[in-house]
Amino acid sequence: MSLFEICGVSQDYGWGPVLQNINFHLTEGGSTGIIGPNGSGKSTLIRVISGLLVPSQGEVRFRGKTVHSYRKKELARQIAVLEQEGTAPLPFTVKEVVAMGRYPWLKPFSELNRQNDLIVEEVLTTLGLWEIQDQSVNTLSGGQRQLVSLARAMAQQPTVLILDEPTTYLDIGHQVLVMQHVRRWRFKKGITVIMVLHDLNLAGQYCDKFLLMEQGHIRACGNATEVMDQEIITSVYGTSLIKINHPVLGVPQFLLT
Amino acid sequence: MKRKIIPWTVGLLFLLFLTILASLSIGSVYVPLGLSFRILLDHLPYMPAAGSLVQNAIIWELRLPRIFLAVLVGAMLSASGVAFQGILRNPLADPYILGVSVGAALGAAGYIVYLHNIAWLGQLGLPLVSFAGGIVSLALVLVLAEHHGQRDRETLILSGVVIQSLFGAFLTFLIAIAGHQMQEIVFWMMGSLANSSWQNVVILLPYFIAGMVYLLLQYRDLNVIALGERAATYLGMEVEKKKIAILAAGTLLTAAAVSQVGIIGFVGLIVPHLMRLVVGPDHKVLLPLSTVAGAIFLLWSDTIARAVIPSQELPIGVVTAFVGAPFFAYLLKKGLRRGKSESF
Repeated sequence: MSLFEICGVSQDYGWGPVLQNINFHLTEGGSTGIIGPNGSGKSTLIRVISGLLVPSQGEVRFRGKTVHSYRKKELARQIAVLEQEGTAPLPFTVKEVVAMGRYPWLKPFSELNRQNDLIVEEVLTTLGLWEIQDQSVNTLSGGQRQLVSLARAMAQQPTVLILDEPTTYLDIGHQVLVMQHVRRWRFKKGITVIMVLHDLNLAGQYCDKFLLMEQGHIRACGNATEVMDQEIITSVYGTSLIKINHPVLGVPQFLLT
Repeated sequence: MKRKIIPWTVGLLFLLFLTILASLSIGSVYVPLGLSFRILLDHLPYMPAAGSLVQNAIIWELRLPRIFLAVLVGAMLSASGVAFQGILRNPLADPYILGVSVGAALGAAGYIVYLHNIAWLGQLGLPLVSFAGGIVSLALVLVLAEHHGQRDRETLILSGVVIQSLFGAFLTFLIAIAGHQMQEIVFWMMGSLANSSWQNVVILLPYFIAGMVYLLLQYRDLNVIALGERAATYLGMEVEKKKIAILAAGTLLTAAAVSQVGIIGFVGLIVPHLMRLVVGPDHKVLLPLSTVAGAIFLLWSDTIARAVIPSQELPIGVVTAFVGAPFFAYLLKKGLRRGKSESF
């Protein structure tokens, strides 16, 4: 069964269409990269998929049911979303923010019990945040705060992780760190990952399926050879690129000319 | 942070107790601390009588109801401030600054001028009409400040100022045409706990309990919303519903307090901020401790208001504004320096 079925989805904020008649299916598992130039509708697409926005037309089905027919908490137990800004510099401690990931699993007036504590502690250890768990988030760097967001998403124990340009504000070291953690988590728990990425090379390295957006349409969709093609990428981004294969990993990479 | 909670709770409750005792003895007639304590105990069964009849009346009929009222009002205004700042993610949000207080006062004043003859509503109807007034002004402020689904924090304050001026003008207009009820309306504009009785306390108590119980149960949502409305939605929170419910609860607390003692500003701004500095942002701790601290703050303000000038009373709103306005200025300046994107 398809995990997501996106049928004839269009989205219009009032100043022109952002998404136009989007159709695709996504099966469970793997890592899908949504790529495309600025303003091609990538972020809107994932807001529609994740149920944050109701599309102006069409339907998004998640595990066979319209995404909006789920109760908010029910959906949050299935889908976690990581935004590009990461966690705002709040005065809450790292542990407090990560524990907020348990929100959808808690009954209205119940407390975090031992089981929830264990989940939070495991996540903190996995992401190397154990040492700084009592530090306020507003004392951390942008990279650390993105790790805190990832930790919160992990504590949410979803089956689907959606990331909206998670590496935009990060240095190379933290970019790779975040992507490695996501990959390890995917292999370990068998979750499905969908991520919007700006960086084609990161996408080439960390995704096995691709969705290329252009002006609110899907330009190409499929595996690396079908989408990460020199001609297609060049025409969509409007700049000439050279495609090479990564000397070590063998995945497609693009060089600017 | 966790280790500080118990000492702060015990400390604040002890301070509240001391403040109550001090406030009992301070006033135009000085009743020694020990004696006022004995007069209190006197009302328990099997305790020996203490003090003269006059002293007894001063403590039991004048000061004690006033103290209880101050405690309730301070707690309500402070809790309301925590709720507003939390759910709007705006450190400057306060029921007074957002015009909720003036809306509530206008509701109460309108009720006194036009509806006081409806006997079955009586005194009990007053908080409800105030609540309606507070809700109307809050809704206007929020709609005015919204721009493409976003609310800048300074815009919110400005909208509060606009609605305050408008509703303040209505209030003044009512005074002008009210004639013999003028005194009562002036009272609402300045805020005062003079002439308070046990009746005020009894009227406020159910609103205090209802509002507090609801808000105390919302601590987790108030924490999660700090991540941002979108992030909270992704975590499974029904953000719009929660927002309306929590704003309504905060408005109910403030409006009920205003209906009994008038407009007292800045309590909901100063107290939660100070408490956030000492116990941190977790609403599970912040809300109850701010409630106790608010009670202490208002009780001292009222004690000062009635004791600072012999044989005369200051409106309590004047006392809180002397502290609150400079504090607000400081927060505004600090917030501007840090940049607008950062919430508290």
